[in-house]
Amino acid sequence: MSNPKVNDFVIKLANVNGTGSASANGLLMKAIFRMGVPVVGKNVFPSNIQGLPTWYEIRVTEKGYRGRSGDVHIMVAMNAETYEKDLNDLSPGGILIYDNTWPRPHFLNRKDITVIGVPLAKMCNDAFSVARSRILMKNMAYVGVVAALLDLDLEVIHGLVREMFATKPKLVDLNLQAIALGFDFVTENFDYPLDFHVKAKDLTKGKVMIDGNTAAGLGCVYGGATFGAWYPITPSTSLMDGFAKYCAQLRVNPDTGKHKYCIIQAEDELAAAGMVIGASWNGARSFTPTSGPGISLMSEFIGFAYYAEIPMVLFDVQRVGPSTGMPTRTQQCDIQLCAYASHGDTKHILLFPSDPAECFTMAVNALDLAERFQTPVFVLSDIDIGMNDWMVDELTWDDNYQPDRGKVLSSEQLEDVEKFHRYLDVDGDHIAARTIPGTNPKGAYFTRGSGHNKFGGYTEDGQEYKEVVDRLALKWASAADKLPAPVVVKAKTKSSYGIISLGSCDGAVIEARDRLEAEGLHLNYLRVRGFPFCDKVEEFIAAHDQVYVVEQNRDAQLMGLLLAHTKTPREKLVPILHYSGEPLDYRFVFDAIQAASSLRKTA
Amino acid sequence: MTSFVKPIIRRKNEPTNDLGLVRSDYDGAMSTLCAGCGHDSVTASMARAFFDLSIEPHRAVKVSGIGCSSKTTAYFLREAHGNNTVHGRMPSVATGAAAANSQLTYIGVSGDGDSLSIGLGQFVHAMRRNVNMLYVLENNGVYGLTKGQFSASADVGSTAKKGLPNEMPPIDPVSLALSVGATFVARGFSGDREQLVPLIKAGLKHKGFGLIDVISPCVSFNDHKGSTKSYAHTYKYFHKAVHADFVPPSEAIKVCYDAGEIMPVELHDGGIIRLRKLEKGFDPRNLAAATSRLAEARSNNEILTGLLHIDETQADMHAMNRMEDRPLNEIPYAELNPGSTKLAELQKGFR
Repeated sequence: MSNPKVNDFVIKLANVNGTGSASANGLLMKAIFRMGVPVVGKNVFPSNIQGLPTWYEIRVTEKGYRGRSGDVHIMVAMNAETYEKDLNDLSPGGILIYDNTWPRPHFLNRKDITVIGVPLAKMCNDAFSVARSRILMKNMAYVGVVAALLDLDLEVIHGLVREMFATKPKLVDLNLQAIALGFDFVTENFDYPLDFHVKAKDLTKGKVMIDGNTAAGLGCVYGGATFGAWYPITPSTSLMDGFAKYCAQLRVNPDTGKHKYCIIQAEDELAAAGMVIGASWNGARSFTPTSGPGISLMSEFIGFAYYAEIPMVLFDVQRVGPSTGMPTRTQQCDIQLCAYASHGDTKHILLFPSDPAECFTMAVNALDLAERFQTPVFVLSDIDIGMNDWMVDELTWDDNYQPDRGKVLSSEQLEDVEKFHRYLDVDGDHIAARTIPGTNPKGAYFTRGSGHNKFGGYTEDGQEYKEVVDRLALKWASAADKLPAPVVVKAKTKSSYGIISLGSCDGAVIEARDRLEAEGLHLNYLRVRGFPFCDKVEEFIAAHDQVYVVEQNRDAQLMGLLLAHTKTPREKLVPILHYSGEPLDYRFVFDAIQAASSLRKTA
Repeated sequence: MTSFVKPIIRRKNEPTNDLGLVRSDYDGAMSTLCAGCGHDSVTASMARAFFDLSIEPHRAVKVSGIGCSSKTTAYFLREAHGNNTVHGRMPSVATGAAAANSQLTYIGVSGDGDSLSIGLGQFVHAMRRNVNMLYVLENNGVYGLTKGQFSASADVGSTAKKGLPNEMPPIDPVSLALSVGATFVARGFSGDREQLVPLIKAGLKHKGFGLIDVISPCVSFNDHKGSTKSYAHTYKYFHKAVHADFVPPSEAIKVCYDAGEIMPVELHDGGIIRLRKLEKGFDPRNLAAATSRLAEARSNNEILTGLLHIDETQADMHAMNRMEDRPLNEIPYAELNPGSTKLAELQKGFR
C-alpha cells in the first residue's frame, strides 16, 4: 500500500452515555461501509442510562481484518471527564479532536500528536434554541467535522440521515444543518483531509452490517422456533427484541391478526428456563436468551432437561463475571459453566459462533441439535459479537432446509409399537424416541427428574440408574461429529506451532497470525466451533509441539476442557488469556505468542 | 423395584362415560403415600372429575413440582403425559407446555411447601398470566418428605408434632390468588369429595387459571391435637359458603334456576357453573365481596370453602398473546419459514 494511512486507521469517539452519540457514531461507521471500505466497530459502554463515559471505536481496514488493532489514530474527545485517559490512549502521530468551547491548553503537552479544536458547543448553542437539540446536535456537528477531515462522501451521509429520520422528516433538516456546521468549520479553518482518510473502494459488496443478537433472533425465526421465554438481562435483551421484531413482521396472520408464535417475559431466569422446557417437551421449538447470571439461575432446570432428555436451546451472551461483574463488558467466561451446568454428572453441547453470521446459522443448528439429541444446547456468544455491528457476508438461506425434529413418534407409529418405553435405546444410537402429549394414549409416559430406568419407571436401583446415565454420556459423546466442524487455517510452511481459539477471538487471532508469519513465525490455527470436541481437535494438538490457546477469561477455561476431554499433556498447551473486558485486539495476541515462543527458544 | 403397577380390574356393569370409558380407566400407578393421606382422596376426586367430564385421558397433561402432593400426578390418568418437574417450578413448565398446545387440558398438582415458599414467585406469576390450567394445591401446613417442618401455610399457634408452636403468620393461597387477579379461586377439603369433585370439574372447564386450595391433612406429621390442619380441626371449623356444580353445554339449556339462591356463570364452551349460595349476601362474582368475606372468616377462625371467586371475562394467556387457536406445535414448518428471498429483502436494511 502506498500510504498506510489511507483506509487503514482507527478512530475512537469518547462520549457521555445517554447524549445520543451512539446513532452519530453508527452513522459514521455505516458511511465508511457504504463507501465500500471494510470497517470494524466496537462499542464500549457503561452499565448506566445516562452520564457515565462510553467509547465507540471504528477501525477502517481495507484488508478486511475483523478484530481490533490496539491503536487509536484519531480521538474525538467529547467527554471532559475522560480527557486524560483519551489523550493517553492516542497513538504517537495521532490526532485529537475536541470541543474547544472550553480550551484545554494542557492537551498541547503531548508533542507527538496534533490537536484540532472545534467550538462544537458554541456553534450548536448559537444555531439551536432547544436545550435537548443543542446536546444532540453536537453529535451531528462532530460527524460533520470527521466527515471533512476523513474525506467522507457527504452524499452518503445525507442519505443515511434521511433513512434514520424517515418517520420524522422535520429532524432531517436539523441534523443536516448540524453536520454542515462541523463540516464548514473544518473546511474554513484547517487543511483537509487528514493523512488518515477514507478513499472509496468496492470491497463491501455482498456484505451486510449486523449485530449477533439480531442475527441469532433471525436465526430462531428461520429455524422454526415458535416459543421464546426470557428475563431481561444485558447483553442478551436485543436477541429477543430481534426475534419479536421479525415475528411481528413475518408470523402474524394478516387477516386475523393472530400470532404464530408466543413470547413470554418471565418473572426470572428460572421461570424462563422452565417455560422453554415445558414448550419443548410439548413439541414447540423453543429458546431462551440470557447471560452468565441467568445460566447460574437456570442450572437446576438445565440438569432436569439433561436427565429427563428434554430439548432446550440457550443463548448465553457472555459478559464479565463473576457475580454482577462488569455487565457491559465482554468475556468468554462461561465456557465451563455451560459445559457442566447443574448438579450431578451433567455435560452439555456447546456451540461457539465467531461472528453474527455464525449466530444466525448456529441458532438453526442449536434448534436441530437440541431436538435430535433431546438435551440442552448452548450457543455461547458474547457482548462483542452480540451487541456490535459486524461486517459479514450477506446471510443466505437454503430453501430445502427441513428442521431435524429428532425421534418423535407419531400417533400412527405408536399404533405399530407393542409398548412404548421412553428411555429405551431401540436403535442402538443412544437416542430413545420421545412422544408429544396429546398424540396417542400409547405414547403417555411420566417425565421425572428423579431416578428412572430405561423404561421410564421410577427407580432407586443402582444398576437401572447407571444404565440410563451411561447411555446419556454416550449420547453426548456421539454429538461431537454432528456439531459444526472446527475451522483449520494452515501455515504456509510446515510448523510445529499451533493456535487453538474460539468465538470472538477469531479476528484478532487471524491478524496476529498473519503478522507473526510476516516475522517468520509460522502457526497453524484451529478454531473450535463445538463441544464435545471431535477427533480433529485432538489430532491437531497431537500434530504440534506447542499449541497456544487464546481465549477471553482468566482461568483458561477452553484449555481446561481440552485437557479434560483429550489426551493432551499439560505442558503442550500455552494459555494466552485476555480478560480486561475490552474486545480482543491482535496486538495482544501477537505480543503474547511472540513472547512465549521466544521464551521457548531460549529455554 | 420401587414403583408399583396397579392391577386393572374391570367389574361387570360398571358405569361408563360418554367415551365409553369406566372410572378405573382414569387411574394411575399405585400410590406410595401414607395410609389415610388426604392427598389420595384428592387424587381420586381428580380422576372422578376427568371421568365425569369425559375428557380423553391422553388429551390431558399433568404437571407437578416436588413433594408428597407432586408425586400424586403418577397416581391418576395413566394415559396422560405427566411432568414431575423441579421444586417450586411447576408453573413455568405448565406455562410453556400450555403455550405450545392450547387444545389440551392442563392440571397442576402442588403442595403448600412447593407453592408458597420455594415456588411462590412462579405461583403468583402463573395467576397473573391467567394460564389456562387448573392448579390444585394440596395444603397440609407441613413438609412431609423431610419429616414435619412447618410450611408457609401453617397458622399462628398451630403446633408441630413435637409440640412447638408456629409463630409466623401464614400465607393463605386463596387471599393471595384474589390479590393477584386469579380468575377462579376455590377452597375444598380432601374429606369432602361431594364438594371437591364439582369444584375440580368447574376448574377444569374454566378458561384461565383456576386455583383450588384443598385442605389435605398429613396423617403422619400434622394430624395431632394442636394442629390447625388436622382432620378434626378442619371438620370443626369447615364452613361452606358456596356450592358449585358444573353443567355441561349439552345439559345447560335444561337447567332452570331458583331466583336468588342459584347463580349461573356461563363458561366459554357454553357450559355453566351453577353456584348455590349457602349463605346470604355472598356473590363470588364480586371480587370485593369475596375478599372481605374471606377476611371476616379468617378473623372468626372459619375455614371458608367453596368457589369463592370466578371471573369469566378476563383474557387468558393465549388471548393476551393474540395466539391462534391452532397449537404452536402443529404449525407446519412451511408456514414458519420466511424463505431465502425474504432474507435477502430483510437485509437491505443492513447495508
